Amino acid sequence: MVGVKSIPSPAISADDRSHEVDHPSSEVAHFGANQPLPLDCGIDLSPFQIAYQTYGELNAERSNAVLICHALTGDQHVANVHPVTGKPGWWDTLVGPGRPLDPSRYFIICANVIGGCMGSTGPASINPATGKVWGLDFPVITIPDMVRAQAMLIDRLGIDTLFAVVGGSMGGMQVLQWTAAYPGRVFSALAIACSTRHSAQNIAFHELGRQAVMADPDWHNGRYTDHRIHPHRGLAVARMAAHITYLSDAALHRKFGRRMQDRELPTFSFDADFQVESYLRYQGSSFVERFDANSYLYLTRAMDYFDIAADHDGVLAKAFAGIQTRFCVVSFTSDWLFPTSESRALVHALNASSARVSFAEIETDRGHDAFLLDVPEFFDISRAFLQSAGKARGLTSKGD
Amino acid sequence: MSVQEVLPLNGVVTEHSGYYRADHLLVAEMVKPGSKVLDVGCGDGDLLQLLETRGIDGRGIELSREGVNRCVAKGLAVVQGDADTDLVNYPDDAFDYVILSQTLQATRQPRVVLENLLRIGHRAIVSFPNFGYWKMRLQLLIGGHMPRTENLPATWYDTTNIHFCTIKDFVELCDAIGVKMERAEALDLYGRPLRLRLPWWVWNLFGEQGVFLLSRGGRKS
Repeated sequence: MVGVKSIPSPAISADDRSHEVDHPSSEVAHFGANQPLPLDCGIDLSPFQIAYQTYGELNAERSNAVLICHALTGDQHVANVHPVTGKPGWWDTLVGPGRPLDPSRYFIICANVIGGCMGSTGPASINPATGKVWGLDFPVITIPDMVRAQAMLIDRLGIDTLFAVVGGSMGGMQVLQWTAAYPGRVFSALAIACSTRHSAQNIAFHELGRQAVMADPDWHNGRYTDHRIHPHRGLAVARMAAHITYLSDAALHRKFGRRMQDRELPTFSFDADFQVESYLRYQGSSFVERFDANSYLYLTRAMDYFDIAADHDGVLAKAFAGIQTRFCVVSFTSDWLFPTSESRALVHALNASSARVSFAEIETDRGHDAFLLDVPEFFDISRAFLQSAGKARGLTSKGD
Repeated sequence: MSVQEVLPLNGVVTEHSGYYRADHLLVAEMVKPGSKVLDVGCGDGDLLQLLETRGIDGRGIELSREGVNRCVAKGLAVVQGDADTDLVNYPDDAFDYVILSQTLQATRQPRVVLENLLRIGHRAIVSFPNFGYWKMRLQLLIGGHMPRTENLPATWYDTTNIHFCTIKDFVELCDAIGVKMERAEALDLYGRPLRLRLPWWVWNLFGEQGVFLLSRGGRKS
């Protein structure tokens, strides 16, 4: 028989991950029966909780708050060591001392999205009605639902207007939803590698990922926690497929080419002979250590449903009519998941609304993932945009 | 482009005066403080920065990615776009002024672009190199080759400028499409405005570039 090695089981126990779901290593805002979250599907979610991290101090005028919206598989641990993986924050290239988002200057907030699995209420949380994990009984949520929950958190924190809302990919969708739903509460918006609607190709990739999860026999129709098991193989395959879409042909070729993994010759088996295979398997297996399979189904679904124009008679410009928010839109040349054409359509709509918008396309071969990587031109643009918005907002600090 | 150090300009207070282009200083003077301006073909954003020192709400469009990114890195509201194809996306009356500085001759459809400028903006400010300038004429007449100057050094096969015109040609286009000329200036090689009240033919011969403040509602001929 031809040799084959399956994806290894997670090194971190499921208990570590599930502990974060209900008892996150973050601040938690609880919303009781008197403050339900009205969802787009018609259900009121109550009670619910939001786990969030903050960096820096809110100033006396309450004018320096920045909300960071995380992407599909991100979480609130932007710039601190991750409590499950022990890795550095996912955006500590952008957030930190001397970075474009410096906590000495801004009060930076990042909340785990509703439907997530790092402490905000989601399918991995306990359903108070049954005392068991929600699983597929959790209502389907949307990007507007996530943003509505964030607005409740911002209210709770006593902040009226956010100085900036910042995010890439699904985070960028939330940024745009913030400006469409609460234009008066967003002074400036930095939307990176995103779109006002999820494309057919992107929905197709998400469906592939969901089917991979659901095809795993360990998934048990979403009730895997009852069996004290996690469909890690299905979720890892979903992550592997998605990860390819975050990169580019050129970046894969540059990083791996056709190079072999720790061997000179092919083994004539289905082992990971190529470096690129080994890399993808690593991406898959490390992802399942920190992410809940059902959460992945719900969050990909939320992205699929996203279409701002659909909520405004199909005319995107109507969503931004008369908006005073300062926009900066950034795309990357090699991003084929959220290509520049999507950003350009957004910019056209913003122009038609006479919004103040900057738009830069950054040359890189690193694909969609570029927004998480060290791309100096992206940081320069982010820094300049935030500084110029800060000047208009009357924010001052040493160094100006 | 030549550097103008002496052109007096009320309201421009900056530590960098003297580094601005002559036509930029003239354009800035034509724009009322506090107005909303779109600069089409804004390059590195020098004019937008000059306008912002006058309290003007400036936006820009630039074709080159490098130019856009340098503008955005200066904190300017600039998007990547093409004067020929992207002006149609802007609504009517969106700006007080739309500026087209040294770009008209590089567009594919100068007439359509000009009409769009005055649809989007109440006024347009257009500057362009004058192909009727005596040095240009001389190079063609005596040298027998396509003219090249300090400000337009590209050879005919390298240049992005595909629709050259003279000041006289431009005035005729404005008449043809019913554009009113509120103000006209011709600048010499060093960016100094020629003395006023000279006949058109003098401007067309000695003006190295023309700068026009235009509005809607001229008579169509």
